[in-house]
Amino acid sequence: MSTLTAPARPATRRGPGRRTIRLRTYLAFLLLAGPNVALLLIFVYRPLLESLYLSTLQWNLGSPDARFIGLGNYVEWFTAPGTGTVLATTGVFTVATVGGSLVLGLALALLLNRRLRGRSAARTVVFAPYVLSGVAVGMLWLFMFDPRYGLVASGLGMLGLPSPQWYTTSPWALVMIIVVYLWKNLGYVALIYLAGLQAVPAELRQAAALDGASTVRTFRSIVLPLLAPTTFFLLVTTLLSSLQSFDIIQAMTQGGPLGSTTTLMYQIYQEGFVTGRAGYASAVATILFVLLLAVTVVQLRFVERKVHYA
Amino acid sequence: MSLTRLDRPDATTPGSTARDALPPVVTGGAGDGPSDGAGAVAVRPARRRRARVPVGGYVTMIVATVVMALPLVWMALASLKRSDELYRIPLQWLPERFDLANYAQAAESIPIGQLFLNSAALTVAGASLKLLLGLCCAYALVFLDVPFRRTVFVVVIFALLIPQQITIIPNYTLVASLGWLNTYQGILVPGLASAFGTFLFRQHFLSLPLSILEAAQLDGAGHWRRLWRFVVPMSGPTIAAVGLVSVVGEWNEYLWPFLVIDDASKMTLPVGLTLLQSIDGMTNWGVLMAATVLVTLPILVVFLVLQRRLVAGLTAGAVTG
Repeated sequence: MSTLTAPARPATRRGPGRRTIRLRTYLAFLLLAGPNVALLLIFVYRPLLESLYLSTLQWNLGSPDARFIGLGNYVEWFTAPGTGTVLATTGVFTVATVGGSLVLGLALALLLNRRLRGRSAARTVVFAPYVLSGVAVGMLWLFMFDPRYGLVASGLGMLGLPSPQWYTTSPWALVMIIVVYLWKNLGYVALIYLAGLQAVPAELRQAAALDGASTVRTFRSIVLPLLAPTTFFLLVTTLLSSLQSFDIIQAMTQGGPLGSTTTLMYQIYQEGFVTGRAGYASAVATILFVLLLAVTVVQLRFVERKVHYA
Repeated sequence: MSLTRLDRPDATTPGSTARDALPPVVTGGAGDGPSDGAGAVAVRPARRRRARVPVGGYVTMIVATVVMALPLVWMALASLKRSDELYRIPLQWLPERFDLANYAQAAESIPIGQLFLNSAALTVAGASLKLLLGLCCAYALVFLDVPFRRTVFVVVIFALLIPQQITIIPNYTLVASLGWLNTYQGILVPGLASAFGTFLFRQHFLSLPLSILEAAQLDGAGHWRRLWRFVVPMSGPTIAAVGLVSVVGEWNEYLWPFLVIDDASKMTLPVGLTLLQSIDGMTNWGVLMAATVLVTLPILVVFLVLQRRLVAGLTAGAVTG
């Protein structure tokens, strides 16, 4: 740190004027923050606004003709016969993945919070799928679910059950992508819950044990309420990421069979880039965006009111 | 004990106030098993043996670990099997001998070496540029006192709330009109802006001792030098966390490169994987699994080696990238 101890400039020397300093600060700010802010404006904010505008057009991707139709795309989406199915699929997928990952993630966290030998290795294994590519995960699970030569079929066979045609029959394809999504994202939920559990004061549990409370009772009356903020945080984050999941569906089902795994997110891709109805797809994107924004706003309001526990 | 402590950078995302309430805790204090500390033993000394092995706990843990690991093991083994071994009932776990023919065949269908290079180069370039942009932007937001910096900060934060799917069609048309379809810059540039990283860096910079920077200023060091000689060396863990999250994100990114590229030699590995799926169909599992191993293995290695920092970054906030 010798550079720091060097004597400051002699006081007699007149430094640059105040205006020069201000100007330099502005210039430095522009040079340092400018590129990042410019990229955000060009590739995040501009497309957001443009997308809102595009949603009012009847316009195909790459086509020179665009016709202003006001809210026509929205009207079409809300009255389209397929919309109910898309909403139901999105709803089932979201509820199953969010609910499933919270319940299973908490169970895993409780398990890994016990003093068991080898639990840090188990933690590593549980978290590993979370860092993997979504399409790769989808691909390896497609093989797992192969109705003849897959490990799942073999497991079901051992139980004396026939394997469903996972890829081609309606409820099973959705079940399949839900299972895969859970496998990939469980580790994240478990790890966040683990951090929450470790923050539960040991004295509280011991006090409960002294009062004769059973493990189940202690969990229900003490641990679970103390985990409420963690649960809420996880609820919001898993909800947001589940609503936006794309890679697994793309690798495994491409929205099929017969649209039974087409979620809102997947519909945006299909309308925008497969059928090419970019205006309509922009309207669907806006609807999904409003949904995500609502979740975030609820979170921010809730957090404001009820942040801390105990 | 790499995962026992979730030491995340001292920051959270806007929505994560809930977790601010959680202090960083070291494992070992609170367990809920019968093998708990002396306190629990003292409560009911008569009924409890000292060192009872929680058999149920171990069994559950082993089952859970096997369920999570099995698909990966199955994938790796399948990539080394010959097709007559893959399609044999009852299923056969181990190949008779490790056979790399599947990898060779994958390389015949798609230029897999080239894709690997593309992915590696784009990941390194993307993650480094993101770090650079984030560090510079956060430095300006924290240490440069200009009147509109709060507004700039709000612009950065709100970008975290804007999801990819609403920006994708306008960005696609922009990239197409720039003639950037099927180019590396077409993949790279639209995703470069750093919101998450800038946010975490800002939180960290706010915790740095101002006195050091003031001394540097008196010493005549300009902002650029202050950033690299003083601020960056004091931010190692945060830089590692943000950098690793970016590496994972860039490597795994699928939808955007998939839309921008259709020339096989410019693709990234995940995009090539779905191309291979459409070429080889879903009948040739050995080949597909070989390619899947190539996509997943590098990130698994990074994860295993740098686990603590990567997890710290990934759990630092809900929004990555």
